Amino acid sequence: MEKTLEMIEDVLADKILVIDGAMGTMIQNHGPSEAEYRGARFADWESDLQGNNDLLTLTAPDLIRGIHREYAEAGAQIITTNTFSSTTIAQADYHMEELADELNLEAAKLAREVAEEFETDENPMFVAGVIGPTNRTASISPDVNDPGKRNTSFDELAEAYGAAARALLEGGVDIILMETIFDTLNAKAAIYAVRRLMRERGVTIPLMISGTITDASGRTLSGQTTEAFYNSVAHARPLTMGLNCALGPDALRQYVAEMSRITPCYVHAYPNAGLPNEFGEYDLQPDEMAEHIGEWADSGLLNMAGGCCGSTPAHIGAIAKAVAGKTPRQRPDIKRVMRLSGLEPFAAAGADETDEDVA
Amino acid sequence: MTSAANFINIGERTNVTGSKRFMRLIKEEQYDTALDVARAQVENGAQVIDINMDEGMLDSEAAMRKFLNLIAGEPDIARVPIMVDSSKWEVIEAGLQCIQGKGMVNSISLKEGEDAFLDKAQACLDYGAAVVVMAFDEEGQADNEDERVRIAQRAYDLLREKLDFPPEDIIFDLNIFAIATGIEEHNNYGVDFIEATRRVRQAMPHVHVSGGLSNVSFSFRGNERVRQAMHSVFLYHAIPAGLDMAIVNAGQLEVYDDIPAELRDACEDVVLNRRDDATERLLELAEQYKGGGKKAESKEDLAWREWEVTDRLEHALVKGIDTYAVDDTEEARQKADKPLEVIEGPLMDGMNVVGDLFGAGKMFLPQVVKSARVMKKAVGHLIPYIEEEKKKSGDASKNNGTIIMATVKGDVHDIGKNIVSVVLQCNNFEVIDLGVMQPMNDILDAAEKHNADVIGLSGLITPSLDEMVNVAAEMQRRKMTTPLLIGGATTSRAHTAVKIDPAYDGAVMWVKDASRSVPVASKMVSKEAREKLVEELREDYDKMRERHAAKRQTKFLTLEDARANRVQLDWADYTPPAPKLPAETAYAKRQPLPHADQDAGDDAVSGLYVLDDFPISELIETIDWTPFFMSWEMKGRYPDILNDPHKGKEARKLFDDAQAMLKQIVDEHWLTARGVVGICPARTADNLDDIEVLSDDRSEVVSVIHQLRQQAEHREGVPNRCLSDFVAPADSGRDDWIGCFAVTTGLGAPELVEQFKQANDDYNAIMVEALADRLAESFAEWLHKHVRTEIWGHVPDEGLSNDELIAEKYQGIRPAPGYPACPEHTGKDTLWDMANVEANTGIQLTESRAMWPGAAVSGWYFSHPESRYFVVGRVAKDQVRDYAERKGWDVETAEKWVGPNLGYEPEA
Repeated sequence: MEKTLEMIEDVLADKILVIDGAMGTMIQNHGPSEAEYRGARFADWESDLQGNNDLLTLTAPDLIRGIHREYAEAGAQIITTNTFSSTTIAQADYHMEELADELNLEAAKLAREVAEEFETDENPMFVAGVIGPTNRTASISPDVNDPGKRNTSFDELAEAYGAAARALLEGGVDIILMETIFDTLNAKAAIYAVRRLMRERGVTIPLMISGTITDASGRTLSGQTTEAFYNSVAHARPLTMGLNCALGPDALRQYVAEMSRITPCYVHAYPNAGLPNEFGEYDLQPDEMAEHIGEWADSGLLNMAGGCCGSTPAHIGAIAKAVAGKTPRQRPDIKRVMRLSGLEPFAAAGADETDEDVA
Repeated sequence: MTSAANFINIGERTNVTGSKRFMRLIKEEQYDTALDVARAQVENGAQVIDINMDEGMLDSEAAMRKFLNLIAGEPDIARVPIMVDSSKWEVIEAGLQCIQGKGMVNSISLKEGEDAFLDKAQACLDYGAAVVVMAFDEEGQADNEDERVRIAQRAYDLLREKLDFPPEDIIFDLNIFAIATGIEEHNNYGVDFIEATRRVRQAMPHVHVSGGLSNVSFSFRGNERVRQAMHSVFLYHAIPAGLDMAIVNAGQLEVYDDIPAELRDACEDVVLNRRDDATERLLELAEQYKGGGKKAESKEDLAWREWEVTDRLEHALVKGIDTYAVDDTEEARQKADKPLEVIEGPLMDGMNVVGDLFGAGKMFLPQVVKSARVMKKAVGHLIPYIEEEKKKSGDASKNNGTIIMATVKGDVHDIGKNIVSVVLQCNNFEVIDLGVMQPMNDILDAAEKHNADVIGLSGLITPSLDEMVNVAAEMQRRKMTTPLLIGGATTSRAHTAVKIDPAYDGAVMWVKDASRSVPVASKMVSKEAREKLVEELREDYDKMRERHAAKRQTKFLTLEDARANRVQLDWADYTPPAPKLPAETAYAKRQPLPHADQDAGDDAVSGLYVLDDFPISELIETIDWTPFFMSWEMKGRYPDILNDPHKGKEARKLFDDAQAMLKQIVDEHWLTARGVVGICPARTADNLDDIEVLSDDRSEVVSVIHQLRQQAEHREGVPNRCLSDFVAPADSGRDDWIGCFAVTTGLGAPELVEQFKQANDDYNAIMVEALADRLAESFAEWLHKHVRTEIWGHVPDEGLSNDELIAEKYQGIRPAPGYPACPEHTGKDTLWDMANVEANTGIQLTESRAMWPGAAVSGWYFSHPESRYFVVGRVAKDQVRDYAERKGWDVETAEKWVGPNLGYEPEA
């Protein structure tokens, strides 16, 4: 059954919801060959297809279904679609722009199917349609000699994201999840498109918005701090705000705590299973990861939790266990003032004297 | 930290309608200087900058996009929000599409009716922007108090009711008009604005009121002094009424109290419309103030312009300031023997600093890119001179070398590669960038076609690591010799050494980041330097491979066989030295160990020595400085590093700073050093791997120190070591002892670090930690010597120099739990109990058994002359089971603690 915003909020009132873990890591563990990526349908495709994980939705649906199932079995209640790169822009690397709609539609259906399998009255399941960042950045130049240059535009991104969101909804997702946001302007284009889509359809689509703090500077790749990022996307009126990817839980914690402090939205987090070691493997073990997430839950930072790169069903199982029965974060009352941002946040303080008149 | 403001200054200088200079800069496409205008606004305190490109001769939409895209690359400007200002909606939308932050739209109004107004407001919601609403409707612009309030209320109701527009994101521009114009109807404009502001703020919760301040003084154009006074007076009265933002020239606001009284009064008369002749009086007075405006004082600190040219270049690189790049480069060139030296010297040094800052998270990507730009300008200036130099010297080659750059197949990440490309280009390499997802044959064909000197491979995702190995193998198959550079986030020196280098006979070099790419590439293109580098690398790589092999090698002996192959010392001909255990030394008195006979007195065969508030001055001479420089990412042996031609200067600076701080640490007693030593009877247990700590009469086992044994199959004649081998077993008939110790010099350090951090002084925060760490090591070394020569006394007259001490040429060892010879950390629990360490030194153990404060060292003392350090390495499951049993743990717990040494995959 597809869920409404109210149904999701009902569940969030009582518990910390568990999001599934890494799709890419699981696919990599299975190590599909070029031939498996191609399947029969794309056997003669002109370019290499190995690495186009989203394509496996069409060419190896059983593999993707199996991964969804493993996560659901481990205790994930939010199944995220295999659509990280299913935009026309990201698929252009494989000359598969034309397939973007189909990838989103079929991935949503697959995830929906598995969600229905595991759904019971006690265990409502939700499908989150993933919108990835694409491999273009709207506010960073691809050419350092020409800092004003851009290799994409707001309109191009909005169109691609809008099409992806439309197909995901068509396929039955309950939530749209904009994840791994490293350039906030990309996310703003996605928000723009989704808001217009909502008005066109006369529906409210619950949004999860997830930024990525890329390194020790505590900023997104495009240079924003956590709070500046939040201020930039708050107009989406998201269901949840949070962070994912790039860092392990130890390094990510302070930014999750920051997000928890500043936003009246629900808060989610799904860190990487540590940082990749010298061989590109993620070392953080399920119990170690769960210990971190459990502590975040104890500290009242979380409404949803899961894992990003390197996480496996074992990680998600451990996380589910660690947050089970814990009180979800209480959303703070945030003072109503104008909050702007550049790379850093800025708030006006002028509305104080009329605070008691809030309508 | 959010900056919050009761009154928001919006910078007005980046507005072509208000600034002739800015208009000229945009028209002439002098964007660099135009950016300086924006930067100066921010530096002078503008909290938001207004950008307006409305000029008939301009393609306003294109100019808006271009300028905002450029600002996005300037972190010191982009840190503040943007106000996108235009009378044309298309230009506003173009602007909104270029800002990642949440900005403001200036402006929309009811001028074209409700539908158009709501459509634009809706778009502001979709883009995520606050909106300035002009007091303007279908009837025209509001010019009195009531009209202003009426239009504002109408707009407010529409926005709230139709769109649920957040009221805090609504800003009313209530029209600041010119006063003192000589037209009587204008006289009350100031009062009308102020009163309307008061009413709007009261009637409409959360909204803001703004205005274009310079309008008010329009009739005094050319008399800056009077204009500024009018602005200050106007704000002085309008802000209390509720004006909470204004578009101003942030550098030019006169302080109300600093305005001469007669001028202030005259301004007040016109602003508040206090007397009929106010305008005439101000006009009269204005004559006296002609030509005397408070000049916009730039707050840019130019002190650095006084520095040595090399430091200026570095400063400019680090800060990304390109204004003086050419002048400074020219000055440096004139001082240098050859133009190339400027690149290899100050410019490269600057880029290295940038690289370090970037690596430490203190700079982020846009800044690095800016630094590269400064670099490029500087190099651009030098190139003609370099060419000339080459002509003179007859060197025909036109560049430093040709480099093929590519992101490998299956990977689409290229930002880092692009940066590397630019930095290399800055350094006069010809870079042929093939782009992303490059199949190996395309890369290698291109390399052959262009006769490349170097191939650079980049990748971010993990499978790219394997692809890089494939490329290397293919290069080998093609019998290529082109050096290979490896870079990207998941790559590492270890992976390069273990996986990529063995696949290819040519030189393979990992590059940590962009700023490191140049020295490496430079060496790679010269045969001589390359061979030298490869030689250096070989040693490094061999070590890495060994380490890796040690980790992954899976041929194990059974624990039983490993024990059989233990170190068998000849106890028959060796008597372990009985500890002297003096009643007191120069630094500590003997006391009984917690478990020992408390009244043994002079007959004690065990003892505990506590060194409380040990004088840190004693420890300075024996500091091992090489790791100190390493901790600052300056690799090199001390003291050679101080005279290193490249980093010697910085190393000396650092060393001087360290010495100065050490003096303060000692003089002002910043840190407290405490230590404890325990020595007691011991023997190797029957199981051969445990060390039993005995009561003074050796009748009871009071504690057991569990050890792990090397279990990998060794070649003939090499034993499988365990620390227990160095203590006499029960059946040897010999009495033996074991010692333990813990020292810290970090008491007080965490507080100091915090203080420095509070003061934004990371340099000294790091310095404190780095020095405390070195002092702790020095203390451990000092104490070991004190134990060898006095407390245990087995080497009474040692006479080793500091270098020999550092090289550990003495008799006996002090292995630390958590380090290779006894890698399992819970050994510290036993140690802490034995010597009551926490009570005696204040050093606490965290749940993962890290010591707090961090500047601490603990370990065991072994006295046997053949005792030595070794690496336990990986162990097999039978040993882990055995260890669990000895520890009284379940296997899972043992696997957790032995974790990094497990030679197998534990079951999940």
